[in-house]
Amino acid sequence: MDISQSTLNLIFISATFAVYIVIAARSRAASTKEYYVAGGGVSPLANGMATAADWMSAATFISMAGAVAISGFDASRFLMGWTGGFVLLTMLMVPFLRKCNKATVPDFIGDRYYSRTARAVAVICAIFICMTYIMGQMRGVGVVFSQLFGISIPAGVISGAAIVFIYAGMGGMKGITYTQVAQYSVMAFSYTIPAVFIAMALTGNVVPQLGLIGNYTADGTAVPFLTKLNAINTELGFAEYTSGKLSTINLFCITAALMCGTAGLPHVIVRFFTVKDVKAVRKSACWTLGFIAVIYLTAPTIGAFSRVNLIETLHTTSYSEAPYWFKEFEKTGQMAWVDKNNDGRIQYFGPGKSEAGTFTVFQGKGPQYPEYDAPEEQRIGIHGQRLIANKADFSNPNELYSGNDIMVMANPYMAGLPPWVIALLMAGCIAAALSTAAGLLLVLSTSISHDLMKKIIKPDLTDKEEVNFARFASFAALVVAAYFGVNPPSAFIAKTVAFAFGLAASSFFPTLLMGIFSSRVNREGGIAGMICGIAFTSSYIVYFQFLGGTKEQLFLGITPEGIGFVGMLINFMVAFAVSSMTKPPPQHITEMVANIRTPSGSPKTPPEDFEI
Amino acid sequence: MKDKNPKSHWRASLRLTGILLTSWFVLGYVGPILCRDWLDANFPTIGTAPFGFWLAQQGSIIGFVLILIIYAVCMNRADKKYGYNEED
Repeated sequence: MDISQSTLNLIFISATFAVYIVIAARSRAASTKEYYVAGGGVSPLANGMATAADWMSAATFISMAGAVAISGFDASRFLMGWTGGFVLLTMLMVPFLRKCNKATVPDFIGDRYYSRTARAVAVICAIFICMTYIMGQMRGVGVVFSQLFGISIPAGVISGAAIVFIYAGMGGMKGITYTQVAQYSVMAFSYTIPAVFIAMALTGNVVPQLGLIGNYTADGTAVPFLTKLNAINTELGFAEYTSGKLSTINLFCITAALMCGTAGLPHVIVRFFTVKDVKAVRKSACWTLGFIAVIYLTAPTIGAFSRVNLIETLHTTSYSEAPYWFKEFEKTGQMAWVDKNNDGRIQYFGPGKSEAGTFTVFQGKGPQYPEYDAPEEQRIGIHGQRLIANKADFSNPNELYSGNDIMVMANPYMAGLPPWVIALLMAGCIAAALSTAAGLLLVLSTSISHDLMKKIIKPDLTDKEEVNFARFASFAALVVAAYFGVNPPSAFIAKTVAFAFGLAASSFFPTLLMGIFSSRVNREGGIAGMICGIAFTSSYIVYFQFLGGTKEQLFLGITPEGIGFVGMLINFMVAFAVSSMTKPPPQHITEMVANIRTPSGSPKTPPEDFEI
Repeated sequence: MKDKNPKSHWRASLRLTGILLTSWFVLGYVGPILCRDWLDANFPTIGTAPFGFWLAQQGSIIGFVLILIIYAVCMNRADKKYGYNEED
């Protein structure tokens, strides 16, 4: 049988799409309750899978293993930060918020702090956080689509947006929850299967996690895998894989900001409003973290294995003998080779091999290519390699450029796995992007329709009008997201991830936490805390990311990634200080707080409130 | 059916949360970040990996899952004990 790779990709992706569309069509939402929280009756297991799919974005799926491969120990901040946050989320947040029976997170904040201002601040945060995220997702979908169908990236973004709109905009939470269950399954298989094959090839171990802590056996001898990895890293002038470069305090703050940010992300919290009761919330959280752990325990193994594979297959290999996939990635601009010493061989070196301490292959950020109609000698080198337009950086001997994002994609090629594995991986990648985009879109649209329209601007909306508003809002949000997907403020997107987590950590997390665990924190304290936390965090991030703040000016050496943790502490301090100086919250708020702490019975909410 | 006892239930819930958050902190911060080098040097390796490194990239994640399972089991038990067992 001889089916080409692209046909296989197409078959796999169309098959998974057919499944998603059928599921979405069968679970269309009719009421606001179904649209916002899937009717509140999703089983804990299904919700766990859906939340896991929602949580793992295309960036996590594609780039995280690459980040581990490059930075080794330092990448632990992502691994721990994005899993440990669920411990906070489960023990401090969701059971209580579920008890409250609200449709959205700003809804809770608005009621608990009995204030429209608080609600409005929360809505703005929610929209900002979701918007930054969704832009990256749309771009990811567009890139994958364009590779698959041979269409331009804008066309890819628009067709991706149309698909997301069909099932998220139409089906609401009910539609996306069941689709995400299918998407998680695709993601988990496509992520772990290549890892298993590679673990067998490199370490002789079927379980990748055991391979990582086992011996490297591919060359006949048995040396501890991590020792081997450290040795090849240092030999080429890179830092030891197992030692970190980040300072302890910085690593601590980044991990804490990611964890608290995770626990304050509205699109994650709202997932737990879809299950039956508080008991089901706890159970569902266990499933969620379990499913996420499957991927997060595999990521460091993929990172480590692909690092070894990359170096072993490419370093000192002459270009004419380089494997075919290297040329494939050259075509897409994800890898590039500049023959600095004209020996026809690919050399890969780290910062330790040059006096300048650099290892950049060329000047400028990404590779630039000559126009397609440029003369051939400008496009193709003497060895047949694709030439780049950037000037070479001769301060170091490194000749190999590879983007972070290719590790997961290149892995099956490097290990020589069959084409169907690669097709499966493509399908997984699209599932990751679509599931996250859909989840975010839902939060965006409900924030606008429920919190902004119904609760602030036009309180006399009927249930039906509200759902239609939500659909319209999701359409508008998608148009904006697609626009930024087509014209990415690229440097901006990467930097705004820190922003999203920093904001969530310094606004939602502490404000929700105090709202649940303290009955003394009042409207004035809550609002002042949120505003101070956000103001501090965002001005710090903006100063260092966009206005050119220098390393020496960093507060205690904490990078913008980790400043959300400090912003959170400021939020707490301000909120408590202001609350203690102003009068305590009214009686019905104290009762509401007492009520959410008990796991069953009906929720007690202010009388004017909308019940779902 | 026992009488509902919100005060004791809340106290039990706080105690459990406190214990589990402490272990969360040890697993996520004290071990892999603050005392990593000491653990690498003084603790037995896990397979062939240094203890602190293993904790940061695998152990803590496994630990977090276990913490949540313990939380769910113990809280459901506390619900029963203090009269919040009914289906509603």
